[in-house]
Amino acid sequence: MAHDTAAHDDAHAHHPTAKTYLWTALFLTIVTIVEISAYYIKPWEQSAIYVPSMIFMSAVKFAVVCAVYMHLKYDNKLFRNLFVGPLVIAIVTCVGLLFLFGKVAIRISSGQ
Amino acid sequence: MSATAVEPTAGAHDAHAHHHTSTGLDSRKIAIWAFIGSECMLFVSLISTYLIYKGKSRVGPYPHEVWTDPSTGHTFGAILNIPVTSFSTFVLLMSSLAMVLAHNAVVNRRVKRTTFMQRLEGNSFFWLISTAVLGIVFLMCQAYEFTSFVHEGLGLTTNLFSSSFFVLTGFHGAHVTAGVLWLCTLAAIDKKRGLREDEGLVVDMCALYWHFVDVVWIAIFVLLYLIK
Repeated sequence: MAHDTAAHDDAHAHHPTAKTYLWTALFLTIVTIVEISAYYIKPWEQSAIYVPSMIFMSAVKFAVVCAVYMHLKYDNKLFRNLFVGPLVIAIVTCVGLLFLFGKVAIRISSGQ
Repeated sequence: MSATAVEPTAGAHDAHAHHHTSTGLDSRKIAIWAFIGSECMLFVSLISTYLIYKGKSRVGPYPHEVWTDPSTGHTFGAILNIPVTSFSTFVLLMSSLAMVLAHNAVVNRRVKRTTFMQRLEGNSFFWLISTAVLGIVFLMCQAYEFTSFVHEGLGLTTNLFSSSFFVLTGFHGAHVTAGVLWLCTLAAIDKKRGLREDEGLVVDMCALYWHFVDVVWIAIFVLLYLIK
């Protein structure tokens, strides 16, 4: 019983307020606007940093939604592990497949 | 957005006190997180398929490049409609905000609200319906996009791009549809008898699913639409 209450307190004690949610939404909107702008700004879109910057911004948005909206930052660590574990396995598999069959594999085999 | 708190989580404590598990956590919440973890693997496999086939289509239309059909001489522009998809992305982001406010309203039922803004903040039915409506707007944008693709000659089996694109975005759309139905069910319950504060977990499970659908779209939007 005490364990139940402690876990519950841990899970709910620090949930953010509506104000935090509004600021988070504003941040996500701004990042999305930057992403879309980058697509239309030719010097940026044709530069070498375009793809890494887009993936970085997307990853930041992904992490913010998971941390704040999905409460992973505030909830029990078990939930975080249940989500991050499969996600890491899936991303590693994806990168492996890209090395085997994707453009990365073609670049290596053609010596580029 | 501030309000006077009167034991805001007391009801939720009562609810959890009745639910004993070895971890001290509600099994339903563990189940939804395990489900979301498995869904991660499903969507990453679909995204991997798209990325592997990216740029390997032998015939057009292509997502970002102009293509002329050698048999007919007809020229096709870049098929992806970035402005429409940007709008639908914004809509989905706002739906996540509405969803989290719905959850916030249910778990803080006992908070006294006096001003209009405070009452709006505590109106869970309004936020649930808003989330569902925004989800429907997103689906309408997707239906418009799919229809325009088919009218331009890009069907499910036209090329590798279309097959992987339609399967990935179609699966995502199916998940959004399921989420909208879940939201409508919750909104109907809320309208009929009002969701109680100790039922926060029921809304939380729906919210977690909905936010997951949102984060999947965050990845899809960049990897499929914005990176050429």
